[in-house]
Amino acid sequence: MIDIQITEEPLDAAKCLSAISSHEAGGNAVFIGTVRNQPKGKEVLHLDFEAYEPMAIKEMHKIAARCMKRWELIGLAIHHRTGRLQLGEVPVVIAVASAHRKNAFEACEFAIDELKKSVPIWKREFFENGDLWVAAHP
Amino acid sequence: MAQLFIFGACRNILGSDTLELDLDELQIKSVAELNRYLEREYSELSTLNSLAIAVNEEYAPGDHVLKNTDVIALIPPVSGG
Repeated sequence: MIDIQITEEPLDAAKCLSAISSHEAGGNAVFIGTVRNQPKGKEVLHLDFEAYEPMAIKEMHKIAARCMKRWELIGLAIHHRTGRLQLGEVPVVIAVASAHRKNAFEACEFAIDELKKSVPIWKREFFENGDLWVAAHP
Repeated sequence: MAQLFIFGACRNILGSDTLELDLDELQIKSVAELNRYLEREYSELSTLNSLAIAVNEEYAPGDHVLKNTDVIALIPPVSGG
């Protein structure tokens, strides 16, 4: 079971998990990404997330399919939010269901790492006096 | 005409979120040639940490052959999650 979603609505980790929950699963792992302030530097007022949606969905499906196979998972869901988010809000939730917990943890970490590398989604931070596309420039 | 979708920091540099290019007329045959054309026209693109090109919603290597019917996207460094 794979469930991939991109939405402008606030994410619900319980909903993400229930999309893939199964009585066959012995362990579920959930990763919840949250928007944080930069530890040093200017105060972030809010952030915008933008996606190249059809391609982002495809890339997330590829990641999910790789994880399903490599860790013999029961289910994997990736929900990503777009639009304007405030500090503390949740841009991404990943839920993994597996027969055994070790596979669930490993697959969940792999999925978020790969998402950050390859899925065409961009984060723009807004400050008091300007904005910045994260990671775009050295 | 090939249609280009432009995202993130690339949009700030090109000043638009779409672009139509006649690849035949510009004699652009591959992803690498498109890259060179874009960096010539928009020199600020070279200030990006990376610039990937997607063709029909898949990442495409430099030797990927382009057609005028392709849907192309400029992918600056991603920062989702």
